Amino acid sequence: MERLLMKGNEALAEAAIRAGCKCFFGYPITPQTEISAYFAKNMPKRNGVFLQAESEIAAVNMVLGASAAGVRAMTSSSSPGISLKSEGISYLAASDLPCVIVNVQRGGPGLGGIQPSQSDYFQAVKAAGHGDFHLIVYAPASVQETVDMTYLAFENADRYRMPVMILSDGLLGQMMEPVSFPDTEIKLPEKEWACTGHKHRRTHNIINSLYLQPDMLEKSVNDRFMRYERVKSECTLSEEYLCSDADIVVTAFGASARIARSAVDSARKKGIRAGLFRPKTLYPFPETELKASCRNASAVLCTEMNMGQMVYDIRLILENTLPVEFYGRTGGNIPSPEDILTQIEKMNRRIKGGALSGSSI
Amino acid sequence: MLTKIILSGFGGQGILFAGKNLALCGMNSGCEISWLPSYGPEMRGGTANCSVCISDDPIGSPLVTVPDIAVVMNTPSFDRFEPVVASGGHLFVDSSMTDRVSARNDIHCHYIAASETAEKNGISGMANIIILGRMIAECKELLPWITVDTVKGAVKGLVSGNKEKLITQNMTALSIGAIGAAS
Amino acid sequence: MEAVFDRPHALCDVPTHYCPGCTHGIIHRLIAEVLDELDIEGDTVGVCPVGCSVMAYDYFGCDMIEAPHGRAPAVATGVKRASPDKVVFTYQGDGDLAAIGTCETVHAAARRENITVIFINNTTYGMTGGQMAPTTIPGQITQTSPYGRDTAMQGYPIKICEMLAAVDGTAFVQRVSADSVPHILEAKKAIRKAFENQLNGIGFSLVEVLSTCPTNWGMTPSAAMERIRKELIPYYPLGIYKDISNQSK
Repeated sequence: MERLLMKGNEALAEAAIRAGCKCFFGYPITPQTEISAYFAKNMPKRNGVFLQAESEIAAVNMVLGASAAGVRAMTSSSSPGISLKSEGISYLAASDLPCVIVNVQRGGPGLGGIQPSQSDYFQAVKAAGHGDFHLIVYAPASVQETVDMTYLAFENADRYRMPVMILSDGLLGQMMEPVSFPDTEIKLPEKEWACTGHKHRRTHNIINSLYLQPDMLEKSVNDRFMRYERVKSECTLSEEYLCSDADIVVTAFGASARIARSAVDSARKKGIRAGLFRPKTLYPFPETELKASCRNASAVLCTEMNMGQMVYDIRLILENTLPVEFYGRTGGNIPSPEDILTQIEKMNRRIKGGALSGSSI
Repeated sequence: MLTKIILSGFGGQGILFAGKNLALCGMNSGCEISWLPSYGPEMRGGTANCSVCISDDPIGSPLVTVPDIAVVMNTPSFDRFEPVVASGGHLFVDSSMTDRVSARNDIHCHYIAASETAEKNGISGMANIIILGRMIAECKELLPWITVDTVKGAVKGLVSGNKEKLITQNMTALSIGAIGAAS
Repeated sequence: MEAVFDRPHALCDVPTHYCPGCTHGIIHRLIAEVLDELDIEGDTVGVCPVGCSVMAYDYFGCDMIEAPHGRAPAVATGVKRASPDKVVFTYQGDGDLAAIGTCETVHAAARRENITVIFINNTTYGMTGGQMAPTTIPGQITQTSPYGRDTAMQGYPIKICEMLAAVDGTAFVQRVSADSVPHILEAKKAIRKAFENQLNGIGFSLVEVLSTCPTNWGMTPSAAMERIRKELIPYYPLGIYKDISNQSK
């Protein structure tokens, strides 16, 4: 397959178009603007819709309309913009509407900065808006994976009728790597529920998130959570690297995982048995796979570009069977492989000295 | 083998372009590569830099903190990156743009009046490519994948507009750069 | 026996939750009649907002989407851009359209989005129990302006038709009233025109309907109708504020 040199953001947009995205609605914000720009240039030539909305709020609601009309639709933004979209995301989830939302994360809170960050893990995984709901959350770690996950995102959004988020960051969005696009033919599913005009051949379709009767609302939420159980068993993705004999398992997602991988390689060269566990879906989280990867470990190091968010899930899943430590940088700073290696070495010394074990926490 | 490169200077000096050129050369030679630019206020007339990694194996961190090769095309870039070049690595300085001189004796320093030379040869704006030419000539061991021919191929893939003229200018710049090389 | 008066097909045969004397029912009927007359029910997608008309999705026979508060013009934009051959309308109250959704409204107009907007102005938030709206007139008593709207403290009402007429993208904007038979007939004509404009590709057409809220105004239905004539029409004059439908496209 042809290898192209592309920025993560542009490759994501190209993958979306190839995956059948008919409508893109966006609003400029660094560091995701190349996505909008790519759609602006390409959609008119490829029979698609690009519209720059007046706000992130309007953009996500345009996605709601286009999705309700039965087409594949998408919006993208960066952290502060995702906060604005969270109202619409909640409505999309509650209305069982498929769509793809991209967050090219930057440092927060507030206006924060524009450099890469992973500080929206909680927002993406735990509370992308009000109410009980989940998104499928993909965490790519390379430009190629960004492309592959974009295809998956559209497919699974339609399959499970739910919004799917691609949680990227400024590093993955801005960097260029070789990438190839799969030659898969996209089959768009029939959407009998969509608002396409009933032509007097069926009763009217209603896209709605309002249930004034508590029992009916509870049922709609329960039904959705039963669907999430299917998502858990069918969509969970993860990768493990050198974990089978690892003393120390490093856990990291997205861009952090690439840096952690370099650190793990350096640790191995120094004779430290380190491994890497990387969730590729953050919801559903690869719980069984994490436990399996840690089967021979003495300790776990979670590294993130935030103050410690995924680490809560790691601790919850491992149920205090292992000490789980955290190393993170925030504010747009990217940890270096050397930083992480230093943490691994420190932990290794403590393990060898008996100062770090499952009972020590 | 993994080679880590930083290119830095002012926005408008073609820093990102030279980096893309290297990355594309690497890709066309079947290597794994990554190119990571600085972005944000820096690119609006301030200093710009990019990290390029070329490797036979998958690349972990695309962010270069300890470069094997650093190109610095102004004083702020010299001050920022000269101290972090890996021991045994190479530093390329556009001496038309800064009068800084490295006091390190564990790295190879190359001072090239690239901007002046480009101006004199009627290819102003090609200082970046002159330095690239010098780099390819000086760093054959660190960049075994890259030759003048791969760069020529990369330029073709990168330039738009009057391709013939730009390719000719790029080739001129590469050979001017190579002439100054020690070997 | 020949039926001389019937429920429009595009209006579902279900009880509504509207208060007695409320004019939503009249306006729903006018829209449904237009959908029937133009034979477009099967190709129409309606967008209803948060507010008293939130459950309008149960009342109109066409496909319906419930939008977040204020976002109906953005949702309608999404539908129309995805399916330009469908007829798309929004049905929004004053809180929805003129407060939380002002931005979406103005920009849909500025883009000359080819949609039809029916704007119900009853000068109050009905669903939440009668609070001050962006269109509450000076001096009007509401739950959150208990001493009457004081312009020194609470500012002035927004006159949507006048404002949107100043937007280049707006194609058609007219204010009508639901208070009396002649005005209701006029309202029907305006609504029909707003849908015809969309069918003819003319672009963003908005009809503002002055409406009653007897419950929250604390009036009988007939007194409420009288208030429209005595207080609202003088503040919000009826008429066509902009119409480009006769100009060449």
